[in-house]
Amino acid sequence: MTSTHQVEVGTELPALKIGTISRTTLTLFAGASGDHNPMHIDIDVAKSAGLDDVFAHGMLSMGYLGRLLTDWVPQQRIRSYRVRFAAITPVLGQPTATGKVVSIDEVDGERRATLELAVTLVDGTVTLTGDAVVAL
Amino acid sequence: MAVDPAFVGTELPATTLTVDSGRLRFFAKAIGETNPLYTDVAVAKAAGFVDLPVPPTFLFSIELENPDQFRWVADQGIDPRFVLHGEQSFTYHSIAHAGDTLTATPRIVDVYSKKGGALEFIVKNTAVTRGDGSAVADLETVIVVRNPGATK
Repeated sequence: MTSTHQVEVGTELPALKIGTISRTTLTLFAGASGDHNPMHIDIDVAKSAGLDDVFAHGMLSMGYLGRLLTDWVPQQRIRSYRVRFAAITPVLGQPTATGKVVSIDEVDGERRATLELAVTLVDGTVTLTGDAVVAL
Repeated sequence: MAVDPAFVGTELPATTLTVDSGRLRFFAKAIGETNPLYTDVAVAKAAGFVDLPVPPTFLFSIELENPDQFRWVADQGIDPRFVLHGEQSFTYHSIAHAGDTLTATPRIVDVYSKKGGALEFIVKNTAVTRGDGSAVADLETVIVVRNPGATK
């Protein structure tokens, strides 16, 4: 958790490196999240749709980015959080979640930081981009 | 197949989930969460929460409680295998906790296409509320439908 008086435009959140996404990861996430789409857990269904393999749920990566946020500020201070899913995350992908402060504004009587967020794979592919607004 | 513009305004069946600490621990494990605030009730209480807090993205799971979760897609003539999650947003109003009974009320708010119909977009807004009607969060989901057979 950060001491908010040090936050300024350009402040970077400590990057969150995630381990390798395995098929077990996808199966656990399907059960825990309730997203039972077979495209993420059943290679036969993925192949029937013309893909070589299953791929990770977008919401799994959004969950990792959410951890980046709640590692940095208490969850009660998150006002909004949104992402665009820019590329598929393959099995065995190794995502890293990053964020930095791009603006600080006074809104509804509180000081709020807007964070620019991304999830990037080892080969440089950006899988998610997004932003969050947090109260400081 | 083009999504019928009349789909806009449709309310999908509401779903309800009573969130329990076991499900939240399972979700924490699935996303690799190591902060005990999300798995240990004593730590959560010491931090001022009444029970384990529901993490920011779990609120998307409330509408997945529908036992036939791709029915609304199939009903539009869409093959669920060609559906991708395009965008997701959350606007937060209050923290939910283990023990809360949460209701998701999804509504289709926009439908449009790009690339000559090769990509179709469905925008869905979902309010998540507690049993007493108090607001937890408002969600917006953009679903992308790939139409492999569409010609320009």
